Amino acid sequence: MSRIYLDHNATTPVRAEVRDAMWPFYEDDWGNASSIHWAGRRPKDAIDDAREQVCELIGARPRDLFFTSGGTEADNTALYGVAWALRDKGRHILTSAIEHKAILDTGGAMTQLHGYQVTYLGVDDRGRHDLDAFAAALTDDTVLVSVMLANNELGNLNPIAAMAAIAHEHGCLFHCDAVNALGKVPIDVDALGVDLLSISAHKIYGPKGVGALWVKRKTPFEPLIRGGGQEKGRRCGTYNTAGIVGFGKAAELAHAYVTPAFVADVAARRDRLEQGLRGALSGVEVNGDPEHRLPNTSNLSFADVDGEGLVLGLDLKDIAISTGSACTSGSLDPSHVLVALGKDEGWLEAAIRFSLGRSTTDADVDHVVATVVAEVQRLRGLRAGA
Amino acid sequence: MRAPEAVTGARPSGDSLLSSTRQPQPGERVVVALSGGVDSSVAAGLLVERGCEVIGVTLSLVAEAAPHAGACCTPEDVVDARRVCAQLGIRHYVLNEREAFKQAVIDPFVAAYRAGETPNPCAACNQVLKFDRLLRRAVELESRWLVTGHYARIRQLPDGSLRLLQGRDPKKDQSYFLYGIRPEALQSLAFPVGELTKDEVRSEAARMGLRTSGKPDSQDVCFVGPRGVGAFVEGQGGASPAGDVVDAEGRVVGRHGGVHGYTVGQRKGLGIAGPEPLYVRHIDAARRRLVVTTRARLQVPSVEVRDWAWLRRPEPGEPCAVRIRHGMHPAPVAHWSQDELLRLRLREPIDAPAPGQAAVLYGGPQQQEVLGGGTLVAAAMR
Repeated sequence: MSRIYLDHNATTPVRAEVRDAMWPFYEDDWGNASSIHWAGRRPKDAIDDAREQVCELIGARPRDLFFTSGGTEADNTALYGVAWALRDKGRHILTSAIEHKAILDTGGAMTQLHGYQVTYLGVDDRGRHDLDAFAAALTDDTVLVSVMLANNELGNLNPIAAMAAIAHEHGCLFHCDAVNALGKVPIDVDALGVDLLSISAHKIYGPKGVGALWVKRKTPFEPLIRGGGQEKGRRCGTYNTAGIVGFGKAAELAHAYVTPAFVADVAARRDRLEQGLRGALSGVEVNGDPEHRLPNTSNLSFADVDGEGLVLGLDLKDIAISTGSACTSGSLDPSHVLVALGKDEGWLEAAIRFSLGRSTTDADVDHVVATVVAEVQRLRGLRAGA
Repeated sequence: MRAPEAVTGARPSGDSLLSSTRQPQPGERVVVALSGGVDSSVAAGLLVERGCEVIGVTLSLVAEAAPHAGACCTPEDVVDARRVCAQLGIRHYVLNEREAFKQAVIDPFVAAYRAGETPNPCAACNQVLKFDRLLRRAVELESRWLVTGHYARIRQLPDGSLRLLQGRDPKKDQSYFLYGIRPEALQSLAFPVGELTKDEVRSEAARMGLRTSGKPDSQDVCFVGPRGVGAFVEGQGGASPAGDVVDAEGRVVGRHGGVHGYTVGQRKGLGIAGPEPLYVRHIDAARRRLVVTTRARLQVPSVEVRDWAWLRRPEPGEPCAVRIRHGMHPAPVAHWSQDELLRLRLREPIDAPAPGQAAVLYGGPQQQEVLGGGTLVAAAMR
């Protein structure tokens, strides 16, 4: 059997249709989209089309969305952009302890370098938010709330609409990092009721290096990346035409494939994986909220198994999974998300994440189940014999 | 053990001891510990050429790079190791061992200086990080072997038993840091560059076109940084207070800025003028005192060692010699005995050892075989 990839929350393969849409902008349509002459025309039109495609996917108006270098930049921009615009109104930001590092580390820098106060709301042992605790944490000094729609490690889906409503009642703006939800569940910015939304192309079978920030009209906002006037001054820099076009195509495809039937199908396959593992092994626990989570994500702890050893062992058998998010496992530190769940260290080290994709088949799942079961039994045997 | 007598009984001759090699076979999976330096790079390259299924593993031991060449296992070294693996066409994994390294190496290092000892962090790193934890990881990865770039050798005798020997290049021998390997681990270990001289290793690296062939060797402690041990220890909260420098009779002859900056046998940094040069003879951390003596009075007839571990007990009458510092020519041993300490009486007096350093006993033909080792305790003043 060839290599199996079950790490779609880290990134997704670039679809052929996306590549085909991008190539012309590296061949004949290489012009600078900002040029007023013939070289800029096709790039400019293509970017306009891409913007519409992306907005279609999230129920937004094109005038309210600008492209960035990815989800991380969109998150940085959202926090700084609102904070600076409202710096005379308040210096407190409310977010959660299990956001992506793009939010957490930006919050940290805002505290260290700019004197902002940032509150990182805790979650329960399933990673769930408490709406009362959330409401209680809002102060008169709070200018922005940031909570992700789907947690990339656990898969948890957060009650964003309810939280945004609470934030608005308190006179605060609401930013939502939807990077890991896009392309997995339907998203509509009006239904969510948020003021800013971050998204990224490479999670929806598009290219890496391009994302977007949607900012609801009239939201106070100061640009982060300046110089040149592109994107109406909100995010300057020569357009990454090919990347943006790729994002647009990926969004067009996602708009077609993210249907209730698709969601149910992926969820059933994920459940097949979980049931297969839990049926054959003892000591397997699901981390996170199994009732409100992405259809493709399964974060499991295997008792008495070192997660890293399992990931390496599976890589040697050509199966790709991960122990925390790609970003955190690159840093080699334990997952801050799992730490926030309050689990003990042994359980943290035993956690691994499976994230399925469009092309994952039942046969893939069955092969992975069989291989994981054998690996876990072998590693448990080694540990017992040690 | 008395003065050497004629050899009796069956003991293997020098030739057969040094001639039989054992090493990973073509097709076998081997985990090679890559530090990012040339020695481990060549070890991996030789095994790839031999047709083994090599997996390169680098331990991430410190988060911030000590900003000078000569540090080991820093983030830059991880990149070098990864690039070597790309050149060799083999997998590379990086394992986060920072917590274990802090607990097993850095914290005891600081505590030892505080207590007036001179620790041996490389031996601790080898014993815990490499030949315990990484060895277990290699087993998990279904590798029969763990290989490093150390200058040492493992020999198999006709009866199947294994011996740990010094590396072939006496200038680069690292066996002093390997005494903590448990005997039962030897069967899983191989040291490919131990058969080579440093010059041969560098030319092998050049032949293979490895990017690390020109990289300078790491000297000094890998995690300490350019400001030296004293500053590092202070930065870790291990500084000890200033106190008196006294002579052997207890007369105060000067002041010091904290015993953590000194080691037994040290001459520099005492700042004491006198008719003869004075050397640190003893560090009394409890009383914050350095005891200094003249060179002649630095010598001791025997050394005592705690936490002794045997790889092989010597035969009766087997000539043995001991190193109490890396790079030292082993001093012949006249007699040894063991109770709660291992006690070695030397044939000729040697400079007093620095407590906390390792004592490594050598035996076998030409005293090249590591018999065991442990941690030196302070030698009593006469």
